[in-house]
Formats: sequence, C-alpha cells, structure tokens
Amino acid sequence: MQILRLTILRLLTTLVTLAGVAVIVFFVIRVVPGNPIAMMLPPGATEADIARLSALYGLDQPLVTQFGIWLGGVVQGDFGTSITTRQPVLDLVLGRLPATLELSIMALVMAVIIGGAAALIGTRGRGTRTEGAVDVANGMALSVPDFLWGLVLMLVLGVLFPVFHISGRVTPSLDLPFVTNFYLFESLVRLRFDLWADLVAHMFMPALALAIPLAAVIGQLLKQSLKETMNLDYVTLARTKGYGETHVILREALRNAVLPTLTLVGVQFTFLIGGTVIIERLFSYEGLGNMAIDAVINRDLPLIQGIVILFAVIFTAVNLIVDLAYAVLNPRLRHA
Amino acid sequence: MSFLAIRNLSVRLKNGPALLRRVSLDVAPGEVRGLVGESGAGKSMIGKAVLGILPPSVQITEGEILLDGTDLLSLPAKESRRRIGASCALIPQDPLTALNPSHRIGPQITDRLVDILGWTRAAADARARDLLTEVQIADPARVLRSYPHELSGGMRQRILIASAFAAEPKLIVADEPTTALDVTVQKQILRLIAGMQARHGTALLFVTHDLGVVSKVCQQLSVLYSGLVVEDSTVADFFASPRHPYSAALLAATPKYTDPDAGLHPVPDAVIDAVRAEVAAFDRTLAKGVKTHG
Ligand SMILES: Nc1ncnc2c1ncn2[C@@H]1O[C@H](COP(=O)(O)OP(=O)(O)OP(=O)(O)O)[C@@H](O)[C@H]1O
Ligand SMILES: [Mg+2]
Repeated sequence: MQILRLTILRLLTTLVTLAGVAVIVFFVIRVVPGNPIAMMLPPGATEADIARLSALYGLDQPLVTQFGIWLGGVVQGDFGTSITTRQPVLDLVLGRLPATLELSIMALVMAVIIGGAAALIGTRGRGTRTEGAVDVANGMALSVPDFLWGLVLMLVLGVLFPVFHISGRVTPSLDLPFVTNFYLFESLVRLRFDLWADLVAHMFMPALALAIPLAAVIGQLLKQSLKETMNLDYVTLARTKGYGETHVILREALRNAVLPTLTLVGVQFTFLIGGTVIIERLFSYEGLGNMAIDAVINRDLPLIQGIVILFAVIFTAVNLIVDLAYAVLNPRLRHA
Repeated sequence: MSFLAIRNLSVRLKNGPALLRRVSLDVAPGEVRGLVGESGAGKSMIGKAVLGILPPSVQITEGEILLDGTDLLSLPAKESRRRIGASCALIPQDPLTALNPSHRIGPQITDRLVDILGWTRAAADARARDLLTEVQIADPARVLRSYPHELSGGMRQRILIASAFAAEPKLIVADEPTTALDVTVQKQILRLIAGMQARHGTALLFVTHDLGVVSKVCQQLSVLYSGLVVEDSTVADFFASPRHPYSAALLAATPKYTDPDAGLHPVPDAVIDAVRAEVAAFDRTLAKGVKTHG
C-alpha cells in the first residue's frame, strides 16, 4: 500500500515538475540569440522569405501564444515539428531514446559492478594496504570528469591499442534486422551475438567513461556504509556463529549497507545521464545527447524542447525507481 | 576438567594501556560463572576474547584461551572460528541491535544449523519452532516469519536466547543480557536463561553488574577491577566472606531489596585507592619481568 501511495504521489509531483520544466525551457531558449529561420535559408534569402517561413512555423506570433499552441500540442502528445529535419519531434526523440537508454544502463551496470567490487574488496581489506589502494583508485576516478576519461580511453583503447570502436553505435556496413531501436537488447533476444558483440565494441568506451565517476561514488559510499555496518551488533553476533568474513559482509552487512547509499547513487545516476550529452558527441554515438547538441547548434527550438522534456521525464523516472527500490529493500517500509 | 580455561590473558589497546591484566578463570561444563566489576573493568572484553570478536583496535599480548583443552589463540583464525561457532554462543546485551533488520527471525535462528552444521532446512525449522516454544513465545510460526522491527525488546531477547541455544553449545557468554530491557521483563528473562541453562546443562559465563543476580544464577564468581581479577571464588564463599577488600566493599554496597537507593558512591575511596595501587604494582612487576626477559 505504501508503495502504491508513493508511486501515485510521485507521479503527481512529476506532472508539476514537468510543467515547470516546460515553461523554463520554452522561454529560456527563446531568450538566447540566434534565429532558427535565418539558419535554414540559403544565404541571400529575402525578408519576405524569412517572414513567410516564420509564419509557417508560428514564430511570428507573440511568445505567450506560441507557448499556448506548443503546450496544447504537448498535452495531446504532439511536440511539434523539427525545424531542421521537418519530421515530428516525438518520432525523432523516441527514435534516439533507446540508444541513450542502452548506453546509460550499460554504464550503470558497469559502475555497479566496478564500484561494488571496489567497496567489497576495500571492506574485506579494511585497515590494510588494500583499502588504501581502493581509496586512491576511487579518488583518482572522482577527480577526473567523464569526458576526460572518454578521451583517455579513446587514446589508449581506441588509438594506441585499437581494441574498441571509437565512433558510432554499430558498424554501418552491417545488415541490421532490428524492428526496435533497442539494438543491444534486441540482438540478445534474436540470439545475434555477432551483432551484440559489435554493439558492445562500440558502446564499451563511452559507457566506461560515464561509469568511472559513478563507480567511484558507489565504491566510496558503499565502502563507508559497509564499514559502519560491519561494527553493528548483529554482524558481530553472526561472527560468533562461525561465519567467515566474506559471508558476513555479503549476507549480514551488504543489504543493510546498500540502503543508505541508494538515494545518493540515484542522484549520481541522473548526473551520468546528463553526461551522455558530451560523451555521445565525443564518440559520435547516435543518441539523444548527440541530437541535443545538433539541435542547439541549429537553433531547432521544437526539437530542443522535446529533448529537454524527455530528459526531465527520464530524471524523474530514475528518482521514482530509486525510491521504489528503497521501499522494496527496506522491510520497515514494505510492511508499513 | 574445565570446558573453558583462560590463562594469563592480557589484552591491551594497540600502543595503549592494558585492558586485561593476566586474567585467569575457569568454567566447568554445566557451571555458571559470574563476571562482575564496575563499568570499563573489562568484563565484556573477556567475553569477546573467548568468542573471537575482539575489536580490531585491541590486541592480545599474552595468555591462552583453552576451549575443551585446545588453545584457541594457537590455532589458525579459520579453525578457531569454526570451533567457537560449533561449541559457543553469545546472548548479547542489546536485543534491539543484535538482530539483522533485513532478515526474518526464522533464518536468524536456523542459519548456523543449516549453513555450518549441515542440518536440513526442515529439521532446522522444526528446531526453531521448538526453541521458541521453550522460550515461551506464543505462535512461534508467526514470529519466525516476522522481521525484528515487528517485535518488542523482550520478545527479541527471547529469540536471541533461543538462537544461542539452537546448536546446543557447550558454553554461552551472556553479556548483561537484561540491562537493556524494561525492569518488568528483566526478571522473566533472567529466570528464562537460568532455566534453559539448567535444562540444557550449558556452561555459562555471565557478565553482570548485579551481585543479587549472581547470588541467584551463578556458582562461581570472578571480580574484576581495571582488567585485574581481584577475586575468584565460589559464590557461596564470596557471600559468606569475600577475600579481597574491593569485592567486600562491592558486596557491602550492593543495595538490599529493602533499600534499593543506598549510596551513589558505594565503594569507599580508600578501597579504590588500594586496588588502584594494586593494579599499578602489578603493572610494575610485569614491566620488570619484561625487562629481565629482554
Ligand atoms: N572497541 C574498543 N576500542 C578501544 N577500547 C575499547 C573498546 N571497547 C572497550 N574498550 C575499553 O576497554 C575497557 C574494557 O571495556 P569493556 O567493554 O570490557 O568493559 P565492561 O567491563 O564490559 O564495562 P560495561 O559494564 O560498561 O559494559 C574499557 O576501558 C573500554 O574503554
Ligand atoms: Mg560490557
């Protein structure tokens, strides 16, 4: 019941948040200089041409009217038409969303594995040189932002030892049988491991670049939380039963230690999703972030609006999922 | 022969002061030894040393902990942990923090039976139900499915007692098992532990502040001051004529049930000074001993 109430409450607040985001993005991008129409027309277009095209896209109307028209569409699921490609914004954005979701989730999985392992190893060797090494590695990972990790990876694993592809989402010459844009997922479902391997070889470096800072956050927070948990009475009691250190960490401490880190890791994950914008650009990965940068360069206002709204939806969804996970993992909330 | 024999056990804070000073004591099979002393005397430290759960900030500098004749301190860590798990158990002080909040009660009682002693799950579950009945918990099946936060403190302490007896240990360390509880349940829990101990014939190392409790539950008694055992006698002898002035003062200061508020500073300063001097003298002889050896 608690969980259902939580979900409904969060969905309601999400609507308010999204309305706020819609207002802000709509007016802010119109304050920034740059005329989308001028950028569309070839040099030498007349004032009349510009006026005609502006009228076509409704850009000659007062701002508030434009906002009303746009919002009216959005409510009915119509996000307008991209100025540069003349396709419906919704189709464009949803077409790219799977690529970014797959990249983000891959990065999250990597971060959980790497950060979790670091936390467990550091806890297992607490007070020794092992813990010191884990701390140093965490500190290094945190002090360099994701796009610099991307450059480093690109140089080392893309250029120096060309193990992975440095650009794109998939090798263009490959024949793709996919009906959805969730290539990575669909290749597994179709048991096309050759395609899966090619996708991973493209995704590995951008995902790892995004994952490293998050892995460090997870490693640090979880290790701290684990170490505190390891001193609690019930862990000590389990020791007297004859259990070894590893069992005690995994079975007695881990679950209780994860809870207090969950919310912060959720926040950090939204940062990671924000990071896809630059990382996708760096690795020419055809996702939402890359599209966002093109949209900004071209002053494609409807497209920018659509992308920002979608990112806002993703962020709130992540927060909701984190809260739900917290409730599911915590017996106190589950039974309340 | 004693099931537990501690010989000259010294524990100190790493690079710091001594916490236990050549402690020796015995617990025979089925016997109850009380461990009394003021707060910080090192009572819990002895229990932790026996169970292999000393905090990492302290170290054992000398001595032996003989469990059934084998010195735990000479064994590899894994082997001593196995032996402790197989023959000893702990009844902790605070039932509110000693159960894992994420696990149901059932597995917390049966885990060692299944994981370590190789029981079948069905046999372990049946055992858990019997134990909960023995500690007078109504509706054991429901309690076994509950999470700790759904149960009262007294209930949780009963569960921890049941869990301590689950694998029929030879020795149980009970570290002030009633101090965290309501006064009303303290007596019930005490009676429960004494009854279980007698029925199961388990040796018990019973840490307490309360000489009244000692007179009811224990046969042997060690009085500790600043990590030094100042008195080791049978309970009968102790209450008849305590040998050490400090323990005599402790006994004299124990509030009679007719007058529970007697004195806030029970042990006279002169006695405290004397026993402090004794501890200091002990440390000096020990230091000299180290010098002649080195
Ligand atoms: N984790 C620890 N690290 C360092 N010193 C400790 C630790 N635990 C206890 N000590 C110290 O060891 C000494 C003995 O502590 P111990 O817990 O055995 O006392 P106690 O007799 O059980 O007291 P109480 O009646 O308050 O439980 C105390 O001086 C205490 O400060
Ligand atoms: Mg204590």
